[in-house]
Amino acid sequence: MTSSILPHATGVPDHGPTLPKQVGLGLKTQHIQQILNEKTDIGFFEVHAENYMVAGGPFHHYLTQIRQRYALSIHGVGLSIGSEQAIDENHLNRLAELLDRYQPQAFSEHLAWSSHDENFYNDLLPIPYDQATLARVCEHIDRIQERLQRRMLLETPSTYVEFCQSSMSETDFISTVIKRTGCGLLLDVNNVYVSCVNHHWDAQQYIDELPLEAVGEIHLAGFAEDHDSLGERLLIDAHGTPIDNAVWTLYGDVLARTGALPTLIERDNDIPSLAVLLAEAQQAQGLLAQHSLVPEHA
Amino acid sequence: MTMGYQHELSNALLKVQHPCPGQLKTWNGSASDSRFAVYRNNVISSLINALADNFPVTLQLVGDEFFRAMASVFVREFPPQSPVLACYGASFARFMEVFPPAQGLPYLADVARLEFARIQAYHSADVATLGPEHLAQALADPAALEQMRLTLHPSLAVLNSPHAIVSLWAAHQGHVDIARVNPNTPEHGLILRNRMEVEVLQISTAAALFLGALMDSHPLAEAAEYAIACEPEFDLTPLLAHLIQTGAITRYSLSNSAA
Repeated sequence: MTSSILPHATGVPDHGPTLPKQVGLGLKTQHIQQILNEKTDIGFFEVHAENYMVAGGPFHHYLTQIRQRYALSIHGVGLSIGSEQAIDENHLNRLAELLDRYQPQAFSEHLAWSSHDENFYNDLLPIPYDQATLARVCEHIDRIQERLQRRMLLETPSTYVEFCQSSMSETDFISTVIKRTGCGLLLDVNNVYVSCVNHHWDAQQYIDELPLEAVGEIHLAGFAEDHDSLGERLLIDAHGTPIDNAVWTLYGDVLARTGALPTLIERDNDIPSLAVLLAEAQQAQGLLAQHSLVPEHA
Repeated sequence: MTMGYQHELSNALLKVQHPCPGQLKTWNGSASDSRFAVYRNNVISSLINALADNFPVTLQLVGDEFFRAMASVFVREFPPQSPVLACYGASFARFMEVFPPAQGLPYLADVARLEFARIQAYHSADVATLGPEHLAQALADPAALEQMRLTLHPSLAVLNSPHAIVSLWAAHQGHVDIARVNPNTPEHGLILRNRMEVEVLQISTAAALFLGALMDSHPLAEAAEYAIACEPEFDLTPLLAHLIQTGAITRYSLSNSAA
């Protein structure tokens, strides 16, 4: 067990570069030409790391042009930090190469697992909140930060089930990981809302219990709505619709506490025109402007 | 001790009949299996979507319902082994060849191979290519030509099929009238990324032999001999001009010295 008790004790450099405290958009290939032509005014772009783990071709050609003009966040979906097995060193090497090439202002990953044995499941699967999992997650984040030589942001999960064996709350778990590894927090406000509805938690209390001074980025997205077997609301983290009003309200509450923070609008399914996404970005930018004068943590 | 729960969840994600893992709970006592079904559905449908993205013409040839049913069997049997999904589906064509419901469409697997080759070409490495000025000098010396070997761009692939794979693919791009395509005509396809666009070109049997020989590191003259043996009227010049023009040649060497 090599988890360090103090932040930065693993030789990870200080926080390093940070994203501008503005609104960013997920970069969609169908929008890139328009963005380059129109010189879209936006704080930063975010891409999924795994989409760019290819040798060459148009993906790199266009991301290089985007990176020359904009700040960049690289968001991983395949490291499987919550895995029972060790972090895949080949994948970590691919990631290191990508970060080296694009020098993004932020790198983030999920509190979830997505690979087991040889298989990759392409979903963010839930973990129990107990001591054994805590130790393993810290070990994995230590390894990632050591290999990448940078601080990563860990994203708050959205989940649909809980584990009988969990012995601590999700916020306790996340807070302890941050304390032990020195990683930052990617506060996905939609995920917080989705999980709080799905597990009957209090969203305000959830936010209160997190170390907000560690937040390096916020995610906003839309959810889909379903019901469980007893007819209670079950929200699905689908990224295919506009941001819900309840999520906007919670986002405003967070900003009132933290001041302005880099904020990403995520849309991964049923992708609309760039103009539609820019309108949502405008709405978030308005809230950021309202809170840009609030004293900030840290 | 929690070791092992991911093994049980993994099985339950892929196998339709596998029961929902017992260690899950819900705040209100609602059925955990119906909530766990969200994960099952995400895994299977997102991987089917990944295949649909990589094989759009295959999908059009069989229709959405058939494609998704076929893909869901493939996904459960052969889930991806890497988080890099651009490479997912390398064995999908082989699967189609033995998937009983697809036996009525013998050309399907080779069309899928063409689509996968296009994806590979799209993401292949960026390598500097040789312009006409570099090659003109070397090509002007007949003695050197004998021993010349060409290195082709990493995106370049040649597909040989007993079916009209290029015409079928082109028909679904709106380039060819599908009614005029006889799927049982043998065709050879050249796949190549020219700058940012992947081109699919129908080539002759002789040209396919020639390119195959070059890819196997045979000297240019020898590759041309194979092509002429197959097709006496084979004319190398327009093919070579096309390869140069589209940036398909990245290096040449004369005997053992590389340029």
